[in-house]
Amino acid sequence: MEKSSIIEINNLIKRFPVGGGFFTALDDINLSFSKGEFTGIVGPSGSGKTTLLNILGSLDVPTEGEATVLDKKISTLSHKQAAQLRNGHIGFIFQTYNLLPVYTVYENVEFPLLLLKMPAREREKAVQEAIEWVGLTDKIKSKPAQLSGGESQRVAIARAMVKKPELVLADEPTANLDSENSHHILRTMEKLNNDLNTTFIFATHDEKVMSYLKRIIRLEDGQVVKDDWMELKEAAS
Amino acid sequence: MSIKLALRNLLGAGLRTWLNVIVLSFSYVIIIWYQGLIDGWNVQARRDMIAWEIAQGQYWHEAYDSYDPFTLEDSHGSIPDNLAGGNVAPILITQGTIYPEGRIQGVILKGIAKDQQVLRLPTDRLIKENGEIPVLVGKRMATNNKLKEGDYLTLRWRDSNGTFDATEVRIAGIFSTDVPSVDQGNVWLTLEDLQQMTQSEGEATLIVSGSESLNNMNISGWDFKSMDFLLADLDQIIKQKSVGGSIMYILLLLLAMLAIFDTQILSIFRRQKEIGTFIALGMTRKQVVKLFTIEGGMNSVLAALVGAVYGVPLLIMQYKVGYAMPYEPDDFGIAISEVIYPSYSLGLILGTIIIVMLTATIVSYIPARKIAKMNPTDAIKGKIQ
Repeated sequence: MEKSSIIEINNLIKRFPVGGGFFTALDDINLSFSKGEFTGIVGPSGSGKTTLLNILGSLDVPTEGEATVLDKKISTLSHKQAAQLRNGHIGFIFQTYNLLPVYTVYENVEFPLLLLKMPAREREKAVQEAIEWVGLTDKIKSKPAQLSGGESQRVAIARAMVKKPELVLADEPTANLDSENSHHILRTMEKLNNDLNTTFIFATHDEKVMSYLKRIIRLEDGQVVKDDWMELKEAAS
Repeated sequence: MSIKLALRNLLGAGLRTWLNVIVLSFSYVIIIWYQGLIDGWNVQARRDMIAWEIAQGQYWHEAYDSYDPFTLEDSHGSIPDNLAGGNVAPILITQGTIYPEGRIQGVILKGIAKDQQVLRLPTDRLIKENGEIPVLVGKRMATNNKLKEGDYLTLRWRDSNGTFDATEVRIAGIFSTDVPSVDQGNVWLTLEDLQQMTQSEGEATLIVSGSESLNNMNISGWDFKSMDFLLADLDQIIKQKSVGGSIMYILLLLLAMLAIFDTQILSIFRRQKEIGTFIALGMTRKQVVKLFTIEGGMNSVLAALVGAVYGVPLLIMQYKVGYAMPYEPDDFGIAISEVIYPSYSLGLILGTIIIVMLTATIVSYIPARKIAKMNPTDAIKGKIQ
């Protein structure tokens, strides 16, 4: 069965001005992502993982080429259209959690729904459900400063998932976590991927993450050097 | 949504917000208190001048010049028939000299009807006993010349023919007023006594009107001076004071705005990761600018509420107790009471609240505009310096 593609990247190049010249962070990338993927973009620091994720999340634009996310060409989006794309369809998970420090767990998870102007009753139900997914019902009134790293990242996952987006972009989600918490987080995301068929794309160089991935794309110096489907590999072996 | 989020951000920030709010609330209370005091002073000065000196207006003899005492000898005339007997207080004015404790002191002698009801002067105390001439002096005049009630004083004057004459007068009363031009350098006698002394029977220098219906009559040899004309000097001083008051107002406002501007600037840099997250979660840059602007503006709303909690009782107390002037009121040269009661008009309160809120919102918007220029990918990581 052919899966529907939600991201198409064609001849994508991203350059950043450095001193008098340019640094090429992504060099002629061609990729396609289907709905429900659980994919990792791996590679050493500076290989272009985060840059690619930022472009897919419409936080940045390609210098050349095109990235089409959910039928939207990133380079042609206005600020407002990009914000609408992120707000409606994309969830973000950051290495440093990026929780809003003055909000409680509930308020942090509620935030994307406020932007979507969801009615209060529906919103409350969705937030409770998302917090249950990540097992933090008892911490609902806590503030980020009162949470452990693992708990904070689980709040970030709930916040990314609460609006049930088609796509979740996770930038080094386990980098600041110990092994136990990392597995817990990854199991949670794996479950959400299976239950809700949400596409997860990770930027990581954490070995623990790789063991959960169904597809691994290896980047080196801004170029794709490997694109492995783990299920196919396993089946073949 | 922006209002809900701004309120959530402000309340969530806890101490930082409350410190800002308390500082801003001081500005509200101090601005209203200071302006109220100035307004109270103005109201009191006008009220007292009207009560003690001006009433509803004055008819001046055509030759009378209030700034030139040397014209006094020639600037009096018969009290017009259409004013005589009405609700008026004719005053005859001439120059004189007193000799308190052997010193020579030039004074203005003012004769006023004993039974007048137009001015607040306690003229009913000008009771003649044993043929002595009773006089009234103000408290400041009495203090400066060491005069007491019951004291006798040698008084010298010139009659209408220019002849010098002198007599002993008795201090029948000392009155207390906030109007220096009624008190300092003035000796008040009955109109009849002064008319006799100056041989100007039936004459007056000016006639104070106690009723609006008597105003603006066309009387030959007399010019009507309206209340506005007579208060013009005071209004001029008030205007000058208002300029000083406005500078104080602006300074206080600037201090408050500096606090907000500073906090907002600090917020932009301290909260850049938060701002990046807002954008990543789907907020437009415009929405973020709006959120920060509302946050700043909301500071002033909270400050108004906090200011009301402690400011209203404080201002009411000051309104009732008044503010005791730390200086000798004579030094000011205008009608000023020893205790000033502030006057808080609705316009002052609402005007101050609106101006502070508006300014707070504007100074919040200026740094918030910087957000629009932030690169979200750098902001998320807190990289912007």
